Amino acid sequence: MSEYYHSVTLDKEKCMGCTNCIKHCPTEAIRVRNRKAQIIDERCIDCGECIRVCPYHAKIAVTDPLSVLDNYAYKIALPAPTLFGQFKNLKKCDKVLSALKKLGFDYVFEVAKGADIVTELIRDKLDITDIKKPLISSACPAILRLIQVRFPNLLDHLVRVESPMEIAAQLAKDELHKKTGIPKQQIGAFFITPCAAKMTSIRNPIGNEASHVDGAISILDVYGPISSYLKIPDNTEKQQRATAAGLNWAVTGGEGQALGIDNYLSVDGIQNVIPVLEEIENNKMSELDFFEGLACAGGCVGGPLTFENGYVAKNRIRLLAKGLQNSPPDDTELEYVKSNLEWKLQKNIIEKPVLKLDQDIVTAIQKMEAMEQINRNLPGLDCGSCGSPSCRTLAEDIVRGNASEMDCVFKLREKVKMLAQEMVELSDKMPAGREDRKRNDNS
Amino acid sequence: MKEKVVNGSESCVQSAKTALIRQIYRVQAMDFASAGEISGKIKNILKQLGVNGEMIRRAAIASYEAEMNLVIHSWGGSLIFVVTPEEIQIITQDTGPGIPDIDLAMQEGYSTASDQARELGFGAGMGLPNIQRCSDRVEISSKEGQGTTLKISFFL
Repeated sequence: MSEYYHSVTLDKEKCMGCTNCIKHCPTEAIRVRNRKAQIIDERCIDCGECIRVCPYHAKIAVTDPLSVLDNYAYKIALPAPTLFGQFKNLKKCDKVLSALKKLGFDYVFEVAKGADIVTELIRDKLDITDIKKPLISSACPAILRLIQVRFPNLLDHLVRVESPMEIAAQLAKDELHKKTGIPKQQIGAFFITPCAAKMTSIRNPIGNEASHVDGAISILDVYGPISSYLKIPDNTEKQQRATAAGLNWAVTGGEGQALGIDNYLSVDGIQNVIPVLEEIENNKMSELDFFEGLACAGGCVGGPLTFENGYVAKNRIRLLAKGLQNSPPDDTELEYVKSNLEWKLQKNIIEKPVLKLDQDIVTAIQKMEAMEQINRNLPGLDCGSCGSPSCRTLAEDIVRGNASEMDCVFKLREKVKMLAQEMVELSDKMPAGREDRKRNDNS
Repeated sequence: MKEKVVNGSESCVQSAKTALIRQIYRVQAMDFASAGEISGKIKNILKQLGVNGEMIRRAAIASYEAEMNLVIHSWGGSLIFVVTPEEIQIITQDTGPGIPDIDLAMQEGYSTASDQARELGFGAGMGLPNIQRCSDRVEISSKEGQGTTLKISFFL
């Protein structure tokens, strides 16, 4: 898979070349060039902000279609906890789990159950004293990538534990294999996803070589069929295993709450997470134990691929969680995970130095000087008409050789005015003889 | 104590004029609304220059403390940010009460912050000691009743 696989892509046909998306991108990864948006692959973190703001729905998240199930003899569904918040009047998670089976899955394993296990694994990490505090959650893949691009200094604060999705996939494949003897290669595990970033982290994982998940299906694609299955009354068997705490990972604060610690901070909405990461980078939160940042408002319930309003879903998750009285994973279960699964992030998470102007510091300083110079002469309105999100970014694009000063409409107008003036001046310099003859003609 | 160490430093900068960034930011006294903005800008510039992470972090902390010092203690002044291929400098020049005893001010926990600043949670007396801990060199010159000049350097 290419280093720059992205779930978030542009539907060129639908793009009108407006500047809504460039203004909202937290990594300044979008430009409008030749009347169409362009995503800069190196910078995009698949947060999906552009999907939310595009009025023409030209920004889309590529996920796997339901037909992908046909590629595997046995299929496992890994529903994100957010899925349970999508349905009105849902009393029990079990109903959704059996609806997934009706949809064509042979086996269902809640990612919330994976979250229960991950909670315990993270708690172990919190006890380690020589670790950089605050520990930063690696649960939200968009925030993980944001840190890679904009806050490389904070990479060693990240929790080096796999996501609930990866733990759930491994456990589910193990269980199905043991129960039925089906070889694991014939089993496909699919995450039912609220967001694009998860799709990207399956295709292009950050902390490990390969994902144990075989694909991601958008909640939007299963919402319709599940809703209709839910209407059929049946005697659903008890399958639900996750605890209330695991289910609550779907909303902001769920992870910190599950950890049962006091000194944690949770922030949602990527534009709110950024200033807090700045604070952590400035060493102003070294007393904090744990930081949980989620890219979407409300947490995963606010994901761009969800059907229900995030806050409505959040409330439903709260009510559903109330009814759960399951016990957290016991020691045998945790021991099994620790000795049989890939539960740590093995690979070093490296920074993506996309902000750097140049590898060489002297050249970088010179480019910065040039950039400041150009920026001073730009109007400073950050109107976006040039296709870059701000005057400063246009200056940067010019220095990088990707734009010209004449992309600025104000600069262009200035130039036209100047040329027009020059024309007028030139026209005054007409040889007198011709003017004179004209006058003579009139007389 | 000499008053204008900063002038000396500037001429030293100009001798190494292969590449140079020099930015001047004004800082208003008690302007808590925009406090921290300058150090934010500085941090972004350093990231774009590709300065190593640990140094960015140190420079960010020091510039924030220096900026806050101007906001809290001075009557206003300016923060000058200089980058050459050899070093990063953060220089603050202010008019203000000055620091009567610099050695004392460098001690942790010593502060002359106003009640207004203390109410906002500042004035723990960690500013200058923090700056010293983060940076490679600190030079302070101050004249009572006139102002303070602080030059913080980081060697690249």
